[in-house]
Formats: sequence, C-alpha cells, structure tokens
Amino acid sequence: MSKILLDIQDLRLSFFTPAGEVKALNDVSIRMNEGDVLGIVGESGSGKSVTAYSIMGLTAHPGRIIGGTIDFNGHRIDRMTEKEMRKIRGNEVSIIFQDPMTSLNPVYTIGDQIREVLFLHTNLDKKQAQHRATELLKLVGLNDPEKRLKQYPHELSGGMRQRVMIAIALACEPKLLIADEPTTALDVTIQAQIMELMIELKKKLNMSIIMITHDLGIVASMCRKIVVMYAGKVVEKGTVEEIFYNPKHEYTKGLLKSIPKLNATEREKLVPIPGTPVDMLNPPPGCPFAPRCEKCMKICIRSMPEFTQISDTHASACWLLQKEAAQALKGGNSIGK
Amino acid sequence: MGAYAIKRIASAAVTLFVVATLTFFLMFLVPGGPFLSEKATTPQTLKALEQKYGLDQPVGVQYVNYMKRIVMGDLGTSLKMRGQEVNDIIGQRFPVSARLGAIAVLIAIAVGIPLGSVAALNRGKWLDNIIMFIATTGIAVPSFVVATTLMFTFGVKLHILPTYGLSSPMHYVLPVMALAFYPTAYISRLMRSSMLDVLGQDYMRTARAKGISQFKSLFKHALRNAVLPVITYMGPMLAYILTGSFVVEKIFTIPGLGSQFISSITDRDYPLIMGTTIFLAFLLITMNVIVDIAYKIIDPRIKLK
Ligand SMILES: Nc1ncnc2c1ncn2[C@@H]1O[C@H](COP(=O)(O)OP(=O)(O)OP(=O)(O)O)[C@@H](O)[C@H]1O
Ligand code: SF4
Ligand SMILES: [Mg+2]
Repeated sequence: MSKILLDIQDLRLSFFTPAGEVKALNDVSIRMNEGDVLGIVGESGSGKSVTAYSIMGLTAHPGRIIGGTIDFNGHRIDRMTEKEMRKIRGNEVSIIFQDPMTSLNPVYTIGDQIREVLFLHTNLDKKQAQHRATELLKLVGLNDPEKRLKQYPHELSGGMRQRVMIAIALACEPKLLIADEPTTALDVTIQAQIMELMIELKKKLNMSIIMITHDLGIVASMCRKIVVMYAGKVVEKGTVEEIFYNPKHEYTKGLLKSIPKLNATEREKLVPIPGTPVDMLNPPPGCPFAPRCEKCMKICIRSMPEFTQISDTHASACWLLQKEAAQALKGGNSIGK
Repeated sequence: MGAYAIKRIASAAVTLFVVATLTFFLMFLVPGGPFLSEKATTPQTLKALEQKYGLDQPVGVQYVNYMKRIVMGDLGTSLKMRGQEVNDIIGQRFPVSARLGAIAVLIAIAVGIPLGSVAALNRGKWLDNIIMFIATTGIAVPSFVVATTLMFTFGVKLHILPTYGLSSPMHYVLPVMALAFYPTAYISRLMRSSMLDVLGQDYMRTARAKGISQFKSLFKHALRNAVLPVITYMGPMLAYILTGSFVVEKIFTIPGLGSQFISSITDRDYPLIMGTTIFLAFLLITMNVIVDIAYKIIDPRIKLK
C-alpha cells in the first residue's frame, strides 16, 4: 500500500454566526494516499469547499474547527499556527478556485503573480523565477508565455486566467492540488479544455488531486475515488466503479438517477433531488437525508446511521445497510414518503 | 497616448475659452465699477480713468481686445493695485496658497488612507465606530466653522497656536488643519468602504492561499486596489482645497490667492478677477489630467481616452 498523504478524522467545523452555530462539517473523515485523485461531490452547501479550505488552514471567520484532526504530509494542520501554515500553503498544498475572472489581482501582471509564490517558497533569483514562470505557462498550455507574463489579468480570457491560476498552484510542485469546481464558472467548451489540461497534468506530474465538482462526468473521467457529501457529512465513499455501479446510500442513488440520459456531447449536471436541503443551524439528530429520502424509516429520524463497510474501499452511512433496519423494513415499519 | 494628449489639450482650450467668455460677460452684469470707491471721484476723473483702461469702449470691442491679450499670455494690469501686472500678482500669491493646499492634501491622504483602512479592518468594533463618528462630523461641518472653532480653541482660549499670517511653521498648523479636515474625513470614509470591498474579493483569498502573510497581502494586494476610489476623488478634492482656501485664507489672514480673489471681486478689479478665474480653471484642468494619468499608472485596466 502506498503512503497516506491526507487523513482527516472526525472533523467538525462550525461557523459561529449571529444567528447561531452553523454546523458546516459533522464528523467528516477522508483519507487519501499519495498519487490518489479523489473526487468530492455533493450539492451546494454540503461542505465541500469548507472541507477544502480547512486542509489549507483557510477557514474563514467566524468558522472554527471544533473537533477532529487533519493530518497532511506529516503535519497536524488543525494544530498549526498561522505562521507555520504559511510555509505549507501554495507550497505543499495549493488550491484552484471556482471563478478565474476574480481570483487574480487586477493591478498586477500575470508574471508578478506567478513570481510572487516562487519568491515566497523557493530561493530562486529574479532570472530563475522568470524562467520558471515561463516554463509553468508552457506547462498549462498558454502560447507566447513571455508576452503573457507581462499582461494583466483583464487582457486574458476566463479560460486563460484559469490556466494561470493552475500555473500558480503548480509553481512550487505541491504534494496535493485541490481544485474547487475549477470549471463551473467557464463556458462549456472552455470547461472541456481545462478538464483535459487537468487530466494531462495529472498524468505528467503524478500528483495527488482533490477534485471538487458538481459534474459527475468530470469525476468519472478523472478520479479513482469518490467521497459523497451531504449536509456537512460524508454519506458514502468508494472507488468510481463502486459509486457509479453499486451506489448504496439513497442520496447517492438519487444523485446518479438525476443525471440526464447519457449523451456524449453534453456534460451531465446534477439536477437537484426534490425537497429542501437541511437547516444547518438545527441539524436533525438522525440521517440528514431523511426528510427527502423515499425509504426513510423511524430510526433514520431518531439516530444517525453508522458507516457500513461494503468492501475495503466502499462504505456508506445508511440504516438500510444495517441488518436490523433491513429487517424492520420487511416488518412494514417504513414511514416512507 | 498621443491622441490622448491632443484631445486633452483641445478640450482644455475650449474649457478655458468658455470660462473666460462667461466670466467676462457676467462681470458686466454685476453693478458697480472699479473706481466708484475712490475718494473724490469727479465725473471727469472717472471718465479719464475709464478711458485710460479702455472701459468706455463697447463691450464687444473690450471683449475682443481682452481675448487677444490673454491668448498671448498677458492677463493685463490690475485696476486697483496700479501698475501691477495680474501675472505678477498671481505669481506672488499662488505659491502661498499652493504650499498651504499641498500640505493639506498630503495630510488628508496620509491620515485618511490609514484611518479608513484601520476602520475597515476593525469593522463594527469600537475603533471603527470612533473613526466613522469623527469622519461623519468632518464631512457635515463646513470649513468656516472648523476654521473659527480651531481659531477660537487653540488661538484665543489656549493661546498655543498663532492665528494670523504664515510667518513661521507654527503658523501653518491651524489653517492646514482647517483645510485638511473635510478631505481627511471624506478619504477615511471612502477608504473604509473600498477596503471592505477589496478584503472580500477573491484575489485576496488567492493571496492567502499562496502563503502570503496577512500583513503583506494587505499592503501589496489590498491597498493598491482600495486606493483607486481615493485617486478618483483627488480631482474634486483639489477643487475643494482651492475654493476652501478662500474662506480659510480670509479667516487666518493669509496673503494667498484665495483671499486676493475675494478682494478683487469686492473691488471690481476686472482684469484680476478674470485672470484669477482663468488661472484656477487652468489649474483644475491640469490637476485632472494628472489624476487621470496617476489612475492609469495604478490601475492597468484604465485606458486614457
Ligand atoms: N463564512 C461563512 N459563514 C457562515 N456559514 C458559512 C460560511 N461559509 C460557509 N458556510 C456554511 O457552510 C456550509 C458549507 O458551505 P460550502 O461552501 O462548503 O458548500 P459547498 O459544498 O462548497 O457548496 P457549493 O457547491 O455551493 O460551493 C454551508 O451551509 C454554508 O452556509
Ligand atoms: S439512513 Fe434512512 S433516511 Fe438516510 S438515506 Fe438511509 S434510508 Fe434514507
Ligand atoms: Mg464550494
């Protein structure tokens, strides 16, 4: 077995807002090995970005980790000071954000913004940094890199800017690259190009990637493992094959069903499952999906299902997988809606 | 850049022409004349004086003569301070006002920008509330109230600062404070809101994700973006300082262009009024061009048009 790169254990994270405690992450556990490409899927507000930012130590105010551990590349992220975190960010772990149009500073050149991260984490001198920046732009497929380095973000298209963001993220050869919906804000054709680039880079650089997305097509084409999140919880995890061909959680099943009939030219988007998402201020004691689940049982509302291990790699937290529950269902105890 | 220069120069010429023409004819509509207050003016001497300065000619002729001269850069001779060229008077008086104004502008920027940034970083806390309270007051209170209050408090009551003229550095303190108060307050508020906006921008998150310290990202990434609205405000601010100085110079008896301008109006010193107006218009146009260019340097998205 290869080395564990990231190990998140029972992570709990809340935002302490004036309206109350928003429990954004509840006992999230995610493990990934070096070289893994992991997809995190789930609907809006399920905690994908919050999870990603917590790995970077970038939890936004008024959010706070209130429990659990994050082990990354030998660092206890959850215990590190801001100063220690700064040495890791952009260096051992980097992130690409959703909106390339606003993620670059409009008043500095592309070159400035790439060199900045190089000067921060490496000992390159000006000339070497310039050389490396050119190399990086070539790597992400931008033509005429010398000219691009002198340009400002507004002179580049959205797709080109996202390539620049990727170049910045890759500048210090991170162990882990987190891509938080890197294509959502782009047009469909550009989306495909950026995804191709990501897949190509993955092969070329053999790094570990966390791909956060709404797009199951992306997950299928790129990831080996998938984590499905719902309302701040991991509800199912497994390999791509396990999740796509043998989904166990009712939410995952709904997610897969909601994909429109396979069509080679059109990217599949998640169509929301009927019902409203969970109120994160007052999460229910039981399964978070219960209010929308067709197979909901009494026990689902009362208490939280534990993970059931289906295979070494496949696990899901649903009462239906627990024997007793299955029997209770047979006994006509269902209150399915 | 060349097209920009030509465009700006042409529009400046048109503006100056319109300003000169309007002022010229408006002066004729105002009752009174430059020689009415003279002691023992007999109708004959009045006539002789008017003839000497060409005021007896038809308005149209006077206008054409005047415009001819100003095109050559000659603003004429003062009617009150006999024998003094308007050019010389402005040349003497303007540096006094400019020095005062420049100090006030520098103080407004040097105090307003940090104050606004500090307020933004402490949003909603007591420091923010105090700064914003002072700033709001500064915007609401007119400069003559500020000036007289300062004068009364520090000059009359406490006797710690001089209130008359500009003969030593200490003499600058009160008039500069009076002049800088409003723009400082305005810049603080402007800076606070633009800083709040910038702090929430995605590129600030990118900066942090790179591993930059918060302090450095504030200076390198936030400040340069947040300061843009302040640059835009520089044009109107310079105009404010120029006009504000009329009042302040009068109150603190400062021999600047502002107080001279007011006297020239009460004196109906036509060439001096005209000359000062045209000079101020020219100054404002120049300042606006400088502001445009400064903006372009700081924000690469701006194209000079
Ligand atoms: N700054 C914040 N203050 C309060 N609550 C927050 C804050 N940031 C996130 N949250 C809450 O955390 C939860 C998870 O948000 P997150 O951004 O991780 O969702 P996501 O899965 O990334 O969704 P999307 O697909 O829309 O990006 C949401 O319920 C949200 O309300
Ligand atoms: S635990 Fe119950 S409510 Fe939750 S998904 Fe399974 S069956 Fe549905
Ligand atoms: Mg998100």
